[in-house]
Amino acid sequence: MRHIVSLLVENEAGALSRIAGLFSARGYNIESLTVATTEDRTLSRMTIITNGSERIIEQITKQLNKLVDVVKLQDFTEGNFIEREMMFVKVKAQGDGPRAEVKRLSDIFRARIIDVTDTTFCIELTGSGEKLDAYIKAMHENNVIEVVRSGSMGILRGEKSLTI
Amino acid sequence: MELSGSEIIIQFLKDEGVKYLFGYPGGAVLHIYDALQNQDDVIHILVRHEQGATHAADGYARATGKPGVCLVTSGPGATNAVTGIATAYMDSIPLIVITGQVPSHAIGSDAFQEVDAVGITRPCVKHNFLVKDINKLAETMKKAFYVATTGRPGPVVIDIPKDITAPHIKIPYVYPKQISMRSYNPNLKGHPKQIKRAVELLLSAKRPIIYSGGGVIIDEASDQLRQFVRKLGYPITQTLMGLGAFPGTDPQFIGMLGMHGTYESNMAMHECDVLIAIGARFDDRITGVTSKFCPHAQVIHIDIDPASISKTIKADIPIVGGVKQVLTEMIKILGNARQSPDKAALDIWWKKIKSWQDQKSYAYEQTDGVIQPQAVIEELYKVTKGNAYITSDVGQHQMYAAQFYHFDKPRRWINSGGLGTMGFGLPAAMGVKLAFPKKDVACVTGEGSIQMCIQELSTCLQYNLPIKIINLNNRYLGMVRQWQEFFYEKRYSHVYMDSLPDFVKLAEAYGHVGIKVEDPKDLHDAMKEAFALKDRTVFLDIITDQEANVYPMISAGKAHNEMELSPLQQEIQASLRAKGETV
Repeated sequence: MRHIVSLLVENEAGALSRIAGLFSARGYNIESLTVATTEDRTLSRMTIITNGSERIIEQITKQLNKLVDVVKLQDFTEGNFIEREMMFVKVKAQGDGPRAEVKRLSDIFRARIIDVTDTTFCIELTGSGEKLDAYIKAMHENNVIEVVRSGSMGILRGEKSLTI
Repeated sequence: MELSGSEIIIQFLKDEGVKYLFGYPGGAVLHIYDALQNQDDVIHILVRHEQGATHAADGYARATGKPGVCLVTSGPGATNAVTGIATAYMDSIPLIVITGQVPSHAIGSDAFQEVDAVGITRPCVKHNFLVKDINKLAETMKKAFYVATTGRPGPVVIDIPKDITAPHIKIPYVYPKQISMRSYNPNLKGHPKQIKRAVELLLSAKRPIIYSGGGVIIDEASDQLRQFVRKLGYPITQTLMGLGAFPGTDPQFIGMLGMHGTYESNMAMHECDVLIAIGARFDDRITGVTSKFCPHAQVIHIDIDPASISKTIKADIPIVGGVKQVLTEMIKILGNARQSPDKAALDIWWKKIKSWQDQKSYAYEQTDGVIQPQAVIEELYKVTKGNAYITSDVGQHQMYAAQFYHFDKPRRWINSGGLGTMGFGLPAAMGVKLAFPKKDVACVTGEGSIQMCIQELSTCLQYNLPIKIINLNNRYLGMVRQWQEFFYEKRYSHVYMDSLPDFVKLAEAYGHVGIKVEDPKDLHDAMKEAFALKDRTVFLDIITDQEANVYPMISAGKAHNEMELSPLQQEIQASLRAKGETV
């Protein structure tokens, strides 16, 4: 099953490789991993999307917790949370017809065109992974030049939070 | 006090109470070695290979419970230390390894003797640090000791670039007495409700077994374990790492379990209805195939490391906490409990266990003219009256030592259980001997293992470490040969140690005493002589039966009740069966 695990880690050199190394050394899957500092510069916030049986997921969270650089961790999967991913797509856009079509599609998906040339559009889109997939599909493969995805990040809904 | 980085390192070790520093100098640690000269509180032991330094510090740590400390240079110094670091990691041994690093400005430039020590050691340390600022040096060292020695202990590497230790840069130093880390808070206390549930389950058992491991020794909980086992009257089996935590000569101890454990302990594991694991981690050498592990048992698991619980075997009652605290609580509850163990059921259970014991699974045939390896350990046990510190290497000799030396006290049996590191025994014995100079220290080894760190014989001479090396010389890599005999139709591929050195001459060349023993009749006297030579390192080269096997054995994919038995046990079993005396 797919799990979304959110972590607070010490913002120190090597912390990321400890976590990535743990996954590769123990043969766990990583679907995506995002990381950046928080409002507290000494802390980084990380979101890991992984999958495995309940037993594997239990081991993953326990092993992550064991790392000295990991301050706090929560598996969001069972709870109430928001998940979003961001994507840049560069597409071919030549001629009035195709350019209008890309614009129309982007409006439907609430995507924003953030860069324009005579022959291309660069589009920014935020949403669930499924929404991003759907947009690429709608865009037709041979029109897509480049895709950059951030990987998912998550946050708990309501008053609950993952803070120290 | 204004000190340079090098002086801070030494002063900190002094303040931390470190007595011995096992090390080997090199370019990146020259400043530190210079500072070492000016004092005599921290005694430096110059090994002959960095692997030896880590194992010696490890042996010291296992025998004393205090952290072992090493100092090695950058590059090859650090890589040579990796085997020892991984060895300590697998057995949860507190080890501090200070590695020199090229100067900060040169890091990442492929400088001479540069390796990414923090990167290389990352998967086999509890934690590691690269010191980037001299102002953080003392604090980092304190963190390293704190992390290494608390919770589930383990090795910690501190990588220190050369410029941090420069003699001309001095800063104020204050010993950081205490440290707190927001990201590291080991949980030492078991949940009271879980403890209560566990005791209730234990008291309801008809066929209970206590299975304890190295965690009991690490947490200094032998007294508590003894009280606990006594109070319940249940049989106890111990892992290779746990031997000595509960007395090996006690009738409630039914022997080691696992791949080469006793018949009775493995059978009892298979048939038990309640299993309590205390400071043990259900290693694959213990469980056999997990799908057939303890098929009737409800499992209670006490461990300080939550990740050990339900990793291989699902625990019905998990208790995360220090063994000592949890056992203390359990003993308290047992004292007040209205219920007591089911005496009638326990009598039947013990009867069954006795019938398994009657089969004498460790029995071997004494032979004229050829020394049996088991007989050597029995002789060693007799001559040292069971009081020696025994280190071992890895292989058949290790199993014989575990089977035939009955450890009554914790920290006396020192071996590489998890990683299985050949070459561990000799340097580990040096660390033990330094810690306990007046005690007998023997290294049980084989002609394969001993050659992996034989250079440390030179260290033994330099520091006058009169350890006794018991070399079970069967001219084979015995354990590998045994597997090739059992599973590869005796195709002995590269296990014959051709061109062996003359170990007696070798020992003499290093300035020690060498004694060769070939006849069983000479074994006793040679052993006595070796231990009588109080101030000499003695190398006993004992020529043993070439194709002796370790029994019983649980092969890969087999369960506890599917052991390979020795020919002798099979005979005993058959005759007991014929008399109708077996279950």
